[in-house]
Formats: sequence, structure tokens, C-alpha cells
Amino acid sequence: MVEEKSINLTKVDEIINSYEGKKTNLIAILQKVQELYSYLPMEAMTYIGTKMEGLSPATVYGVATFYAQFSLEPKGKYVIKMCDGTACHVRGSMPVYNSVISRFNLKNGKYTTEDGMFSVETVSCLGACGLAPVVVINEQVYPKMTTDAMKVILDDIIKQERE
Amino acid sequence: MATLNIDIEKEQQRVQSELEKQGLRVLVCAGTGCVANGALEVIKKFEEFGVKTGVMSAQDKITIIPTGCHGFCEQGVLVGIPKLKTTYVKVKVEDVEEIVESHIKGGKVVERLLYVDPKTKERIQYDEDINFYKKQTRTALANCGNIDAESLDEALAVHGYEALAKVLIQNDPNAVIDTILKSGLKGRGGAGFPTGLKWKFAAANRGGKSYMICNGDEGDPGAFMDRSVMEGDPHKLLEGMAIAAFAIGADEGYIYVRAEYPLAIKRLRKAIKEAEERNYLGKNIMGSDFSFEIHIKEGAGAFVCGEETALMASIEGERGMPRPKPPFPANKGLFGRPTVINNVETLANVPVIIRKGADWFSSMGTENAKGTKTFALTGEVNNTGLIEVPMGTTLREIIFDIGGGIRNGKKFKAVQIGGPSGGCLTEEHLDVPMDYDNLAKVGAMVGSGGLVVMNEDTCIVEVARFFMNFTQNESCGKCVPCREGTKNLLHILQKIVKGRGTEEDIETLEELSAAIKDGALCALGKTAPNPVLSTLKYFKDEYMAHIRDKKCPAGVCSALKQYTIDETLCKGCTKCARNCPVGAIEGTVKNPHKIDQSKCIKCGACYDACPFKAIKKG
Amino acid sequence: MTNTLFINGKEVEFTNEPNLLEVIRKAGFQVPTLCYRPDLTQFGACRMCVVEIKYPNGRVMINSSCTTPPEAGTQVFTNTDRVRKIRKTVLELLLANHDRECTTCERSGSCELQKYSKEYDIKDIKYVKKRPEEYLPIDRGNPALVRDPNKCILCGACVRACSEFQGHSVLGFANRGSKTRVQPLNGMALDKVDCVFCGQCKAVCPTGAITINNEIDGVWKALNNPEKKVVVQVAPAVRVAIGEMFGMPVGTNVIGKLYSAMRKLGFDQVFDTNFTADLTIMEEANEFIERFKKGENLPLFTSCCQAWVRYVETQHPELINHLSSCKSPQSMMSSIIKDMLPKTKAAEGYTKDNIVVVSVMPCSAKKAEIKRPQLMTNGQYDTDFILTTQEFAHLIKSAGLDLKDMEEAEADSPFGEYTGAGTIFGASGGVAEAAVRTAYNMLTGENLTNLDIETMRGVDKNSKVKDTVLDIKGTKVKVRVVSTLKEAENSLQEILNGTADFHILEVMACLGGCVNGGGQPISCNDATIKVKRAQALYTEDKELTLRNSHDNPDIKKLYNEYLEKPGSHKAHELLHTSYSDLFKGSYKDLK
Repeated sequence: MVEEKSINLTKVDEIINSYEGKKTNLIAILQKVQELYSYLPMEAMTYIGTKMEGLSPATVYGVATFYAQFSLEPKGKYVIKMCDGTACHVRGSMPVYNSVISRFNLKNGKYTTEDGMFSVETVSCLGACGLAPVVVINEQVYPKMTTDAMKVILDDIIKQERE
Repeated sequence: MATLNIDIEKEQQRVQSELEKQGLRVLVCAGTGCVANGALEVIKKFEEFGVKTGVMSAQDKITIIPTGCHGFCEQGVLVGIPKLKTTYVKVKVEDVEEIVESHIKGGKVVERLLYVDPKTKERIQYDEDINFYKKQTRTALANCGNIDAESLDEALAVHGYEALAKVLIQNDPNAVIDTILKSGLKGRGGAGFPTGLKWKFAAANRGGKSYMICNGDEGDPGAFMDRSVMEGDPHKLLEGMAIAAFAIGADEGYIYVRAEYPLAIKRLRKAIKEAEERNYLGKNIMGSDFSFEIHIKEGAGAFVCGEETALMASIEGERGMPRPKPPFPANKGLFGRPTVINNVETLANVPVIIRKGADWFSSMGTENAKGTKTFALTGEVNNTGLIEVPMGTTLREIIFDIGGGIRNGKKFKAVQIGGPSGGCLTEEHLDVPMDYDNLAKVGAMVGSGGLVVMNEDTCIVEVARFFMNFTQNESCGKCVPCREGTKNLLHILQKIVKGRGTEEDIETLEELSAAIKDGALCALGKTAPNPVLSTLKYFKDEYMAHIRDKKCPAGVCSALKQYTIDETLCKGCTKCARNCPVGAIEGTVKNPHKIDQSKCIKCGACYDACPFKAIKKG
Repeated sequence: MTNTLFINGKEVEFTNEPNLLEVIRKAGFQVPTLCYRPDLTQFGACRMCVVEIKYPNGRVMINSSCTTPPEAGTQVFTNTDRVRKIRKTVLELLLANHDRECTTCERSGSCELQKYSKEYDIKDIKYVKKRPEEYLPIDRGNPALVRDPNKCILCGACVRACSEFQGHSVLGFANRGSKTRVQPLNGMALDKVDCVFCGQCKAVCPTGAITINNEIDGVWKALNNPEKKVVVQVAPAVRVAIGEMFGMPVGTNVIGKLYSAMRKLGFDQVFDTNFTADLTIMEEANEFIERFKKGENLPLFTSCCQAWVRYVETQHPELINHLSSCKSPQSMMSSIIKDMLPKTKAAEGYTKDNIVVVSVMPCSAKKAEIKRPQLMTNGQYDTDFILTTQEFAHLIKSAGLDLKDMEEAEADSPFGEYTGAGTIFGASGGVAEAAVRTAYNMLTGENLTNLDIETMRGVDKNSKVKDTVLDIKGTKVKVRVVSTLKEAENSLQEILNGTADFHILEVMACLGGCVNGGGQPISCNDATIKVKRAQALYTEDKELTLRNSHDNPDIKKLYNEYLEKPGSHKAHELLHTSYSDLFKGSYKDLK
């Protein structure tokens, strides 16, 4: 299972303070918290909603669940983002996506592997339509993907991790 | 008239002489696309060479310039050497040595790295001869790919901040608005509202706090012109914003950028910092009375935030749910104050209009749409990339001349224009001069300018389903017609692609679409049914084939197709079996294989994998 | 300035109406709406109030009338094919995704979605229906409110009420698109997330998504049990609202008829909470004077409103010392009933164990109040049932009675007599006004010459904060009256940062006080209803001969014969209570 880091409220406090505790910076604050934990722990959201003026835990949760970037569950070490924008879609992003999903045996809305190594998600357009279909793994952009190429990339990562 | 403490002409001269010292400039595209193709490694390699060989034989010095996006992403990594009038395409790290040794030192062009015209198959050395560039008129994108996006000096060398200096000296905000009004510039983000008018409305509320917002939340899948401007020419955007802020009396601005564009965010931050340090932004800009501060707000993944009221809600730290209009932002916008929101491309047009005049701009384009428009040309077209053409250019010119026609000799079927709010156009529309009115007449819209080209292998019903799935996922959920209506449109389309559609479904699609169009709260909801309506209008036969004949003419809809192996063509290479994710293919080496239909999930992996075209779908 | 526009061809004047919908209503037309609430910000989400607007320049627009400002010279059409089509589609789409078990719904008959579905003749729903697996659990985990997400149409009225009235945002939107929900944090139960149970969410809900926990059955059971002595009390604000549910004009005071209905229903004793409102004033005025003299725990917070008390306990436990130790009038009544009747009415068979107290209240939070551990005596709750105004009207109807037909009657002695000071408890400012009338007398020995303290009155959305400085023979006492917890929080912040200069803080959680309570008949579509109800209370105050709590002869008698004097040992035992820190260990307490 994916290990959940324990929540360090002092760190969350530091983030809030670095944005002067302003409600208008809530999205940026949540982004920083997510950078810290790879997801938004419920305690952190409750804390932010209690601590910051003009917010409530339910409001913070509302913002966190509105934007696709935020995750309420820990993500894997490698986050595979399959672009499914129009250009990627017409050039076959879905077969590539499906090959990853079936390789990791992900189903029923689950998108992180049991060992916490990979998370797979689709995103709507990364703006690299000229290279369709595109896959981004963590920060690395992979252009013109095929099921074969995807297999090679994943094999490499798994091999690397074993070593 | 006001006097400034920065003499922009002198600055330009200074920068020019600095640039002279750079010797031979080698431009390597470092846009998102080319970086993905290895541009950073290419740059590093070039730099190694510069250091290692010292003085070049042909030139005193070479300087490697990482630039923003050239737009010709299909051909990345792009390496341009303006002095030698050559652009190399698909450059890899291992090609760098040859370019340096053969061309830069030896004066001999590296033929194999030149662009090949898809029609004539000729290799083309000079940019001006490449159709992709030849037919374009670059205004907003003028500098993208030609300058180091991370250097203010480079921006100054290409007239950066010249227009801002001009308006600050003239010191007449109303004159700025008049110029923009006269130029006929309309919003490039989708709706096409006259930019000057927007400014005028907000300027009527001058006096108190006002805001200038740049909408960089380029959410339309298949559009990336704003990304290119932000990455390739950030200072032009900042200058455009400053001019707009001066015109409407704003002293604070925001650029709202999608979180999916990390490079754009990084470059904008750097540009703002440098411009502030050197007083092209910030307090008392260039010694004038005008002050303007710009903040960057990163989005967090919500298409609806491209809608201006949702965008403001998001800047305020809330869920990006659109607010009813009226009140319009010009009267009551961000934090309840008068606000102008312009899109990136719109603002990128502002400095050049101020510099060259309204008449120059309005001489381009059509009666009701002036200037140029960028389009992101993607899909099944040979030259995918970013282009800029005068308003009124036809789809034929874009797809077949600039785009080099359809990939792999396939047949053109349709082009989806304007993203999820736009529509699908067909063969019969190829010669319509593209502008706001003409496209609206045929049920599409310019939108942000995404052009996704589709060939005969594309199922149009599936495309409509794709867009509806997108809109449904991205609906904010606030108003009933959009939240519940798009869910039901999607449900019906899913039924149809699965072969379970009925003829009444067509009627429901039409009725529901009309109610959503009339009733939804925001522009995104109101335009959400467009992909359905336009495809129903031009491809009703294809819908009927799915419904009546239970067939997908393009062979895409998996529920309506079957993969089989032609035993006469199968060589028994086992590649299909190895690629099948569910183990549905059986067979032994060198013997024909067979697909177990009960296991097959119709993913098409075997079809893609087969080297002998032995797999048939239908 | 007056302008005109045309509605369905009729020329209509408008002045400062905030939106077109109000102009349409003023002109005598109706447009349906599910999300417009005049006391909340306009949201524009339901799209039911859409109208076709033709501008003088010829442009035709369809827009929601609740968000569109009226514009001179426009032609507005409220029933065109296009707008009716939108409304019908909206209704069908909502119904498709709705739990349509109307017959068993608490809101059957008063549901706005049901009403419009009938008006728009929805017969057949062609859209994809809610599937059984999409049903979400119903929250019945607290004594006051029931939240059924399957009936929520996401109009956002409750979210706005929770945020704009209470500043509390216990409820919020979550997710987006068709997965959007209204819920407390992560779908938690209301009693786990600091909900104060004010019921304003319920008051603005157009459907049965938020309702009040119905306890009518329990009351019937008690009434039908010959062993039980069932005693009823009725709060000030009920008398001026319950008539609405029997078709009587808004603002009709029906207290006499209500007493008879109660007797007809079989209650053994009919008392009036107004009596204990007077009693509260005696204790609270005395408490204030003591604190004022010592300069301790000022400002004094009123403690009649349970939602407010819970707010202080959960959000600002550091300030609980400021709360008056007086129980609410409702609780005082229950305490003295259960303490005294077994002694005074032993002959009639009243014992320690057979008395059932039913309180008719305009409030949902009272249902939570009576479960406070501090309000138990010898292991039994002092109050057995709270029925809201709405529930009580249903009780009357289900007995086959009509309030209109009842004759005027009097309440029973000794807890039925009341003064004007007691009756104005039902409106924001009333407690403070009543307290000041008595404090003045306690300090000076004289009654105020002018008993109408207008600066403390007013129940509309512009009267959320009312400051009054009183000159009590040279001593200045500053009183602040606040309604809504959002405004209360601002005052608490003043106290915390040391800028507060008031001595008494009266807080009612509901806008305008109890007349607009969460248990009152539905009035969210018309902001004037609560004003008329409050007016009826002030009229009664004016018409009563006795208008000072300390002049109530039965109160005097009670002190003489039983309680001795305000603040006595016996008074403390029966009429005062304590508070606890509810932040500790709550979901927000992460330390």
C-alpha cells in the first residue's frame, strides 16, 4: 500500500504564512501542500479551513475537489499523465492509455498501483498537440507515443527501480 | 506629453550592438514540444562545441539561443541559423557535430537534416521557401522562435516596450482606446468581442481600483497558441497588458496560467522580474506617473476557468464557478472592482497595433474581422504546428498549403474548429473565408483557434461523444442545463456508439441541445451542445448508420466492430498475440493466429502491431 | 428615480428593485425559481426564472430574471415557448436525478420542485434516471436535522445560508460536473462538523434535502398514554407564524386559538414560554448588574439561542465565561415544571416520573438543546419533545382540527401570565430590550419612561447589527444586538482584539431572530414575512398593560413563594446552567 506520511502541521503553517494567510491564495497554498505530501491529506485541509480567516474545512474541500490537479489520495512515485486532448485523441491516445491500465490491472476507478509505484491519469491537453499523442511521466514529456513505446518506457522504469 | 527617463531608441541601439557581438546566432527551439524531443540536450551539445573549438573558421563566435516555440512542432528539434538562412529539422544530439563541422565551419549544408516537402519530396533549405512558413503572416507570433525568450534585451531588440514608451510619452489613455477601437481588434479567446469596446466600458469606471487580467488558461484541447506566446515572447504579453492597464486606469494585473504550462509560468515569472528590475514594469514605469504590478496566478486544472467570471472566482481563491452576467467585469469584476480580461493572443497584438497604427492592422483581414489569427493545426495533417494567417484565410489554404495535406495519403473528412465549444466542418466548407461571422453561420466558431483535422478513419459520432465527455467532466456543476443536460447528451451518445441508439435519441439530442443553448448560465454551457449540433447537421448519415444499421462506417466504435485475422496474410509472427493485453489471440509460431471474440476487448493493439496488415476490422 | 419597463405587455414602474424578478412579482406576475432567496446573494443556478428580454435596440436575450437588473424600456416576456421549454427541461432533468418518493417525503405538499412539476405538467421523464447504486446515505445522526442528499437539487441555497448568515460554511459544494454535491466536509455527519443546527439551511431548501427531525409520533404516543401528564409550552415567535399554515394573513397573532387547540389535542397543562422569558429577564438582568458592578466577564452574552451557545462552545471556547449562565426560557420552563408540579399538583396525579414536557418552538436547534447533558435532572431530560411550529401545525391538522375554528382561550396558571417584555423575545433585539427595561428598574427603582427602544428593533437584512447606548442615571450602558452568527463573529473578534466597547451582546443565529427561525413556516421566498411577524409581536407588547418582566405578578409570586430572589441558591439550581469546551476533541482539534 501507499505509505501515508504523517502530517506535520508546522510545515502547513509555514506554507500558510508564506502566503500571508490570505484566502485568495488558497489554491496556491493547496498546491504547495500537495507538493509536500503528493496529495491533500484531510487533516491538512481541515487545518487550513480552521486556521485561515473566511474559510471552513468544507470550503477548502470544495476547492480541492473542484480542480483536477488536486488529489485526495496519495499518488504513486511515477505519475503517468496520458494526454487525451482532441489532437491526442484522434491520434490514438486511448489505446496507449488502455495498454497501461491493463498492464497494471487498474480497475474500478483505481488509478494507483498496489505497490504505490505508478499512478495513471488522463489530462485534457498539455498543449503539445504537435507531438500527439503525448504522455508525461513526472516532469518528462514523451512525444508520439505508441503502445510499444509505452511498454519500453515502463520496462525501463521498472528495471531501474529494481536495481 | 510626458518625458521618460528611459530613452527606448537608445536602448534599442545599445542592444543591437550587444547582439552584434554574439557572432553567429544559432536558434534552438526550446518550446515544450522541442524540449520533449530533446532540445535541451541539443543545446548542451552545441554549447560544448562552442567552448571546445573556440574560434570558428567561418565566424568569430557562435552563440546558442534557446528560443520559444517556432510553431513547427511536428519537425522538432528545430535549429535555425538566420545568418545562414537555414533551418534544420528533427535534429538529434548526434547531429550537432555535423552541423557545426560541415555547415558552420565548412560552409556545406547538411542536406539530410533539411525539411522535406510532403508533396514534392524535395529538401528545402531556406525558411522562406517552406510552405508552412511562406503562407503565414506572423504578428502575435512574430518573435516566437526568433529570440531568447528569457532575455529582456532580446525583446528590446525586436521593438519590445517601444509601444509602451510611445503611449506613456503621449500620455493619453483615451487615445490608446481609440486606436484599438479603430484597429478593429476583437477578442481572440473565443467570443470575438471588440477589445477597444471592452476597454472603453471599463475606462468609464476609471478613478478607483481597477484590474487588468490576462487570460492564459488555454483550456481548449488542441490549442496551444497562448502557451507559445507566453513561452516564446513573454515580454510582448507584459507590454500588451501594461498598455491595456494604462488605457483603463488599472495599477494591478494578474496573468492566470494553466498549471499544465510550467515552462510558460517559469518564463513569465522571469520576465516580470527582469522588467520590474529595469523599470519597464512596477512603480513609475520608465519614469512616468504610471505604475503597474503584475501577479501570476496558477490554475489548478479546470477548463471552465477560461470563462472570465469563473477565472475571477478562481483568482479569488474559490471554486471556479461562473457568475451570472450582468454585472459585467468592466463594471464589477475581480474583488468587485472594474476589470478587463483579455486573452493572451489579443494582448500580444496590442503593442504592434500601437507601434504600426490602427490602419496597418485593419488593412489585414476581412470586412468584420481585422488582423491575423493564430491556429493550432493538429490531427491527421502532415505539418502539425502553430500558424498565424490573416483573418479570412480559407481552411483549404491552411490544411492543404500550410498543413501539407492529409497524412499518409488518406482522405480529408472533417475539421473540428474551436474546441469543445466549436463545431465540425466538412469538405463543403473548405473555401469559406474564416472569420467570426462566417464560421458562426455554418455552426462553428473561431474559438481560440484549435483546428483538429480528421481523416476517413475518424468516427464523427465518437468525436461528438469525446467532446461531450470532455464538457461533462469539465462542467462546473452549477447550473442545471449544463450539469444535468450534458450528462444526458453524453449518455445518449454513448448509447449510439455502443449500437444501442434509437431514432428518438436523435430528437432528444436536438431538443436537449436547444434547451441547453438557451438556458445555461455561462458561455461554456451555452456552447457545449455545439459539437453535437454541428455533427448532427453535417453527418446525420453517420449517426443513422450507428442507429439503424448498427455499423460504424469509420470502423472506430469498438462495440460495432470485430477484429479478425486474415489467414492468407498471417505469417504467424506472434506479434499480435504478444501485444494483446487480454490474451485473446492464440496460435503457434509460423501458423495463422486466431482471435477469441469472447475475450477480445477491441482495443486495436493487434491491428496496430501487425506488420503484414493481416488483421481486419469491421 | 422611477422608470418603466414592460412585462408581458403591461407597463410597470420600478425604482430600487434589486432585480427583474422582484419587478415581475411586483407587477403581479410569477416566475418560478428554485434558487432565488431575497435575503441571500443571487446565484442564477436553477435557470427556472429565465425570461425573454427585448432591449430597445432590438436585441433579444434570454437570462435569469433573478440576476438581471431591470432596465428602462425593455420588453420582458415571462411565458414564451423558449423559456417554458427551458423550465420544462430543467424540471425533467432534475426529476430524473431525484428521489421521487414524494408521498413519504417530509416536504410533500410544500416542495417547490413538486409544485412546479405539477404546474409545468411533467408527465414523462425521458432522461437517464438515478440508479439505485447512486443513492447516498441519509444523515439522521443528530436530533435536529435530517440531510437526504438524494433529494438535493444543488441550488446552493443552504450553502449560501450557512456562509452568508452564519459565516460558518458547514455545508459546501464538493466535486464538479455531474458529481457535484452539497455536503459537510467529506460527507461527514452534521453533528461531527460543528453544525449549530440553526436550520437556516432547511429554511431555504426548496425540496426535502434538508428537513427537521420529525417527532410528531412520539408526542402522539405521550398524548394517548393515560399514565402521562403531558404539559405543553409555546414560544413567543410561534404565535405570530403558525396561522400562516392555516391560511391566515401573515402576522396574525393566534395565541388564544393556539391554547384551545392544545387543550383539544389533549395536553394536560398549557403554559406559555413567554412566562419564563420574563423569568429569564429577572435572572439575566440581575446577573448583568452583578457583572457590571464587578467589571467581570463583560460583555455579557445572551444565552437564549442554542445555535449561538453551541457556536461559542465549538468555535470560541475561550469566551464561554461571557455567556449568561441563564438557561433558555424553554429550559427554565421545563425545569420548573418538573420541579414544581409534582409538589403543587400532586393531588392531580403529577409525579416526578409521569410528566412529559412538549415545547413548541420556532427552532430546530432546540431539538439539540434539550439533549444537552447539563439539562438533565436525575438522569432524565428536562424537556421531552421539541415540536417546531411546522410540526405543531401538522399535529393540529392530523387531529382533524383547523386553527381558524378555535375559540380564544387563556393559558394555565401559574406559568401562563406574561408581559410585553416576554413576547418580544421572538424578534432580534427583544431580549436586550426586555433586559434593559428591567435592569433600569433594578438599578434605579423606577421604570423607563419610554419603553420602546427603537434602536434595538428591526429584523430585515439591513438590521443585522444594532448598537444602543443607554443612560441609566448617568451610567452609560452600551448594548449590541446582532442577528446571524456571521455578524456575531465580527463582534467576537472585536472582543478578542480589545476594541469592543459594549456591555451586553444579544445574539440570535437566525436573521431577525426567532420569528425567522429554522422551524417556522416556509418564508424564504418573501423577505417581508419575518418583518410582519415581528411587527405582530411588537403590537402585542404595546397592547399589553404590563410591559416589564419585573411587573409580572406571577413572576413576583414565584420568587416570593419558591425562588426567593433572582440569583438565589434555588434560582441557580433550577434556572442556571454551565457550558463546556466543545472544540476539544472535535474534528478541528488536530493537536
